[in-house]
Amino acid sequence: MSTWPSPPPYTLVGKHGVSPATTHDERARFNFLATLNSHLAANVLPGNAVAYEKRAKPAFIAANGRAPQDRHEVRHAMLRDPHFQTWSALRRSSMELRQQAGREVVLRQITDLNARAAALNHNSSQLQMNPDLPLPAYLTKVDHHCMPGGYFTEVAVDDISAAANYDVGIFATTAGGLGRFNDGAGHAVAGWLKAKYPNFSPKRILDMGCGAGHSLVPVAQAFPDAEVVAIEVAAPLLRFAHARAKSMGVSNIKFVQANAEAVPEADESFDLVFSTMFLHETSNKAIRRVLAETYRLCAKGGMVIHLEQPQFAGLPPYEQFMRDWDALYNNEPFWTGMHDMDMDALQIEAGFKAENIFISQADAIVDEEIFGKPKKEVEDYGRKASWHLFGVSKPASTAI
Amino acid sequence: MSAPEFDWIALTGAKPKGKRPYFFEDPAVERVFAMLMAVTQELAVTRERLDTVERLLEKSGHLDRAQIEAYAPEPEAATARAQATRAYIARVMRIVQQEMEAINKPEHEYELAAKADELRNE
Repeated sequence: MSTWPSPPPYTLVGKHGVSPATTHDERARFNFLATLNSHLAANVLPGNAVAYEKRAKPAFIAANGRAPQDRHEVRHAMLRDPHFQTWSALRRSSMELRQQAGREVVLRQITDLNARAAALNHNSSQLQMNPDLPLPAYLTKVDHHCMPGGYFTEVAVDDISAAANYDVGIFATTAGGLGRFNDGAGHAVAGWLKAKYPNFSPKRILDMGCGAGHSLVPVAQAFPDAEVVAIEVAAPLLRFAHARAKSMGVSNIKFVQANAEAVPEADESFDLVFSTMFLHETSNKAIRRVLAETYRLCAKGGMVIHLEQPQFAGLPPYEQFMRDWDALYNNEPFWTGMHDMDMDALQIEAGFKAENIFISQADAIVDEEIFGKPKKEVEDYGRKASWHLFGVSKPASTAI
Repeated sequence: MSAPEFDWIALTGAKPKGKRPYFFEDPAVERVFAMLMAVTQELAVTRERLDTVERLLEKSGHLDRAQIEAYAPEPEAATARAQATRAYIARVMRIVQQEMEAINKPEHEYELAAKADELRNE
């Protein structure tokens, strides 16, 4: 059993070569925000269901003679509810406080942070930047996660500030739910693979849209003999991911600035192609191209895995409405479109066979001595460290 | 540590692209609410710092700033601090919690004067 509180203090967050220094009060700010987010999820969020059942839904029925039929009607009914208004204002406010707290830590010392990253990245054969790569509009025109400037904006030469801000504050957003190194999703993928396919030993692995590399590193560590390629379009994220992984002693990853819609790698050259919390950041059109690339790149005998929040189909309108919150109020514009898509149909359209598709579930795997044994967590629609794991395999034999 | 060449304080609070959602009917309420949450955060920070100062003083009888900046609580202190923050947040959120109780127990939501009339001759 853990002797630490939940959420644990920020001093336990793992340090790596591009972690910013933090003052006492900066850590205290993250401690407050982590506890506030836990409080909102456990104590304030559940009031929405009560307000809906006892107040908003009866009012809608009185006005329309029937119950709300889809999430849009639920939202229409809830937008005027005082409890939903208060919870939403609290959640939005908490996100804004987190962004400002993270940016303060990172920007005040950005000259030193960038110098540390540059020292780790300099002349590395494992980092291939491509300054000419066109950036997709679906990422540059929207500041995802309400992060000012998104993941592309550079405030200095060789900048990593966007990635460092994401890294330094995600502890507060998830209330520590992703573990010391915020890599619980990567451990979930590796753990799922080891449990389900103990003999699976991929020689080449591709991470599509590796971001800051949080989920990537545990997968690369789980398969130390594999050659891992991680692609990402945003330069600050890629520089950061390479520097972080290198400082953690992980050397089997090549970081390439590339777009997952057109990966500069040969057909059927990867035994494992995976993505974590990536598809929902891309446009509906891009997802089709990305899935077509997974089919092209996946070797015979290999498999494709994606980690996301559950698809909307089959969920009650109220739950869809709650899961849609981040799409509308936390700058996740493609969240809804992605979660409305029929992933099975799209994977078949990409070339895979229906009988090879799988849908599973995976929880974050985190350090037990700090976080204790896995417990039934509070539902925090869209934020919970527990995912829908889906994908498809490509059999070794092509015989029908 | 070298300071960046730009005004980093001005940049910390930059607004993300996209219209900000306002949840309360009156934007002035939302404005004050956002400020109140920032102040709530800063008081929590001050309380945590005071706790650090007290623990350091209690232990060694003297204080230096570097010790405050480097302070990392042991599990027992961390647990006490986390509990204090939870209780603090519960106090700030009292009205939200009481309104939730009111929705859950509509039978308790009477006008006091009407109830007094009803019970006058009991």
